[in-house]
Amino acid sequence: MKKGLLSILFIAIASVFLVLPSAAADSMVEEIHFLIPGGAGGGWDTTARGVGRTLQTTGLVGTASFENMSGGGGGKAINHIISTARRQQNTLMVNSTPIVIRSLQGVFPQSFRDLTPVASVIADFAAFVVPKGSKYTSFTQVVADFKRNPKSVKVAGGSVKGSMDHLVPAMAIEAAGGDPLKLVYVPYDAGGKAMAGLLSGDTQVLSTGFGEAVNLASQGEVRILAVTSAERLAEAPDVATLKELGYDVVFANWRGFFGPPNLSKKKVDQYLAMFKKMYGTSEWDSTRKKYGWQNLYNPGAEFITFLEQQEKAVGEMMRNLGFLQ
Amino acid sequence: MFDGLLNGMMMGIETAFIPMNIVIVLFACFMGSMIGMLPGLGPITAVALMIPLTYGLNPATGMILLAGVYYGAIFGGSTSSILINAPGEAAVVATTFDGYPLARRGQPGKALAVAAYASFSGGTISVILLMFFAPAMANVSKNFQSGDYFALMILGLTAISAFTGRGSFLKSILMAIFGLMLSTIGTDQTSGTQRFTFGSLELLDGIDFLLLAMATFAITEAVFIVLNRDAASDSFKPRNLGFKSLKVSKKEIKSIIPTVGRSSLLGYFIGVLPGAGATLGSMMAYGMERNLASKEDQAEFGKGSLKGLAAPEAGNNAASTGSFIPLLTLGIPGSGTTAVMLGALIAYGINPGPRMFVESPETFWGVIMSMYMGNMFLLVINLPLIPYIARLLAVPRNMLVPFILFFSIIGVYLITFNAFDIKMMVIIGVIALFLRLMDFPMAPILLGFILGGLMEYNLRRALIINDESLSFMWERPSTLIINLITLVFLLLPLIREARTRISLMRQKPAA
Repeated sequence: MKKGLLSILFIAIASVFLVLPSAAADSMVEEIHFLIPGGAGGGWDTTARGVGRTLQTTGLVGTASFENMSGGGGGKAINHIISTARRQQNTLMVNSTPIVIRSLQGVFPQSFRDLTPVASVIADFAAFVVPKGSKYTSFTQVVADFKRNPKSVKVAGGSVKGSMDHLVPAMAIEAAGGDPLKLVYVPYDAGGKAMAGLLSGDTQVLSTGFGEAVNLASQGEVRILAVTSAERLAEAPDVATLKELGYDVVFANWRGFFGPPNLSKKKVDQYLAMFKKMYGTSEWDSTRKKYGWQNLYNPGAEFITFLEQQEKAVGEMMRNLGFLQ
Repeated sequence: MFDGLLNGMMMGIETAFIPMNIVIVLFACFMGSMIGMLPGLGPITAVALMIPLTYGLNPATGMILLAGVYYGAIFGGSTSSILINAPGEAAVVATTFDGYPLARRGQPGKALAVAAYASFSGGTISVILLMFFAPAMANVSKNFQSGDYFALMILGLTAISAFTGRGSFLKSILMAIFGLMLSTIGTDQTSGTQRFTFGSLELLDGIDFLLLAMATFAITEAVFIVLNRDAASDSFKPRNLGFKSLKVSKKEIKSIIPTVGRSSLLGYFIGVLPGAGATLGSMMAYGMERNLASKEDQAEFGKGSLKGLAAPEAGNNAASTGSFIPLLTLGIPGSGTTAVMLGALIAYGINPGPRMFVESPETFWGVIMSMYMGNMFLLVINLPLIPYIARLLAVPRNMLVPFILFFSIIGVYLITFNAFDIKMMVIIGVIALFLRLMDFPMAPILLGFILGGLMEYNLRRALIINDESLSFMWERPSTLIINLITLVFLLLPLIREARTRISLMRQKPAA
């Protein structure tokens, strides 16, 4: 009997391996194991898989493997890469602005300083979205309604209170002269669910990443009222920036990669050369466009400075808004 | 509209029935059901494993492959639930409730066959629904608000009343509350506060549903087999009459047809909701059938009832098909697995959304038509294998126990690759063992647990949205309807009781 099951097992495993694409011979980096601190299908997941796949098809990496380790707002993966650092020399963990925010909040005790920041690769700007039937056609109307009655404008987001999806509208409200503490934020457990909540009429406005909304917006299902980039985005030239509406808020949610603590300089340089080459490829251009990402390259030491600045700015803002003591 | 449907179907047939795609469906179904059968590997792993293969294929073919692997894995997932009480995936947990007892009674072949038939029917019925009512259901999935979800979870909780016979009602309520309490462990999704984590990072995300199921079912079962030395396990000999038999009598088939029909409808509807999913679909289908069953049938539930086996199997397969609605028409994934598929779709350059019918009709209809074929293939692939797989239970007890333990530990470890989870499973397993020794039922823990989180967060969202007023419970028609159904379900046993009493009173004077 066991023979039967074993052979089934064998066939299943063997056929998986037989058909896996073989490694390109002239690749620069032999293998990268992408550690994804969130579940499959999320922003971290698409970033790691999008980047990993581009690296693989362009022959810059031999084999790319992916591992989803969700938990503790990313804390589980951070803990994992630190505690098993010796085994993780070929591992790159994807992360983004939340590593700064959650570290400040104390969700996990570590910060980016406990890892080896390699580079930020892309950015997704925050966006405010309304359903197609909404009465709002400009973000200024939302602000006006908020000032009249804060409870009439409820904002959905794909994460808990005090997270990025909450901070961004709070910043916009504050910049508009409103009281951000009066903002009614409705948390969902994922960006997709928050979008579903917006469409169902749960809330009037959705705070999310531009990349997560651009597809439904292009199909006319939702409207993007404003983005948090400094200038209008090429993908959506009709969408105003908060800045040009008179609210001085620019916010980029970067996404980038981290190695285990004390990763050798040689290895980091190798990764940086790899990313640099990736930017020049047409495959990267098409991947980037598909997902609505903007390039945001901060390599090595620059990345660390960038993170320190963001930590300072975000921390200040969180204190102002009362999310931090 | 009908013309469009016909055109779409024709286009779908043209896409799905080219030889390449037929081979792909066959391959996908085979791989999916094989991976699904392995304890610890569920549809999300199966789909993620397959994605690299789909690069380079055209989008329709790639999606057909991934969809096939997905429903194939749900199809095959019931095997380990039925044979060793160790579900490999959350959506097949409810299958253990009656599938395993039936197998232990010496009818593993029949149990597997009924699961296969029910899965096939659930899958096929929901594909038909998907085809005809995709746009209408897209509206349902779009308009379901937090308040509606909350009402739906309450409706789900009423199933607990049906989970046990008389006498142990209090016990099952207690167990459901225990499940609800366990669901509060971890980060509070509304405020971000940590609850009952004792400062441990491992508990930040709460307890995994599959872990809880393994601990309460597989682990305690392994110990129980050891404790009950003279139990039926010894009498299992491959030569036993009907051991490998797939035979299901006509009468039995007749009895499960309505069950399969209802469960498929319910499963499909729940699958369509982006905030629910196949696990809920199977649990609620099980609860509904138990609620609706006659008294004699109800006593069978939990002991190897065919209805109790068919309901979750039809329900989870229908739900997995239903989940393609929010995925394809709104680009909103309802589960981890569909989220992975969404990523693949975008990588193919396809934008799921209301315009997908227009922009990529060959993918949309090709996938749907391939599901018909896929469900057939699954049945054809799986039925002949059943006699061989069923022989697993012919293993002597001293080998079966380590086998169950081994696969539950592997299965739990594979969820997060975290050794802490194994310890937690053992601890919960010990608690569950004591509870089981005192005749507390286990299933209500799981029901309470799975509904608990969804119920809490949807209630709190609904309260924020409605300025802390509960009025949404009756002001919104859809919420009100769900609440009324709940009320009917709650009153049903009372009405039945009253009826029997009245008929008894009428008989008495006659006698």
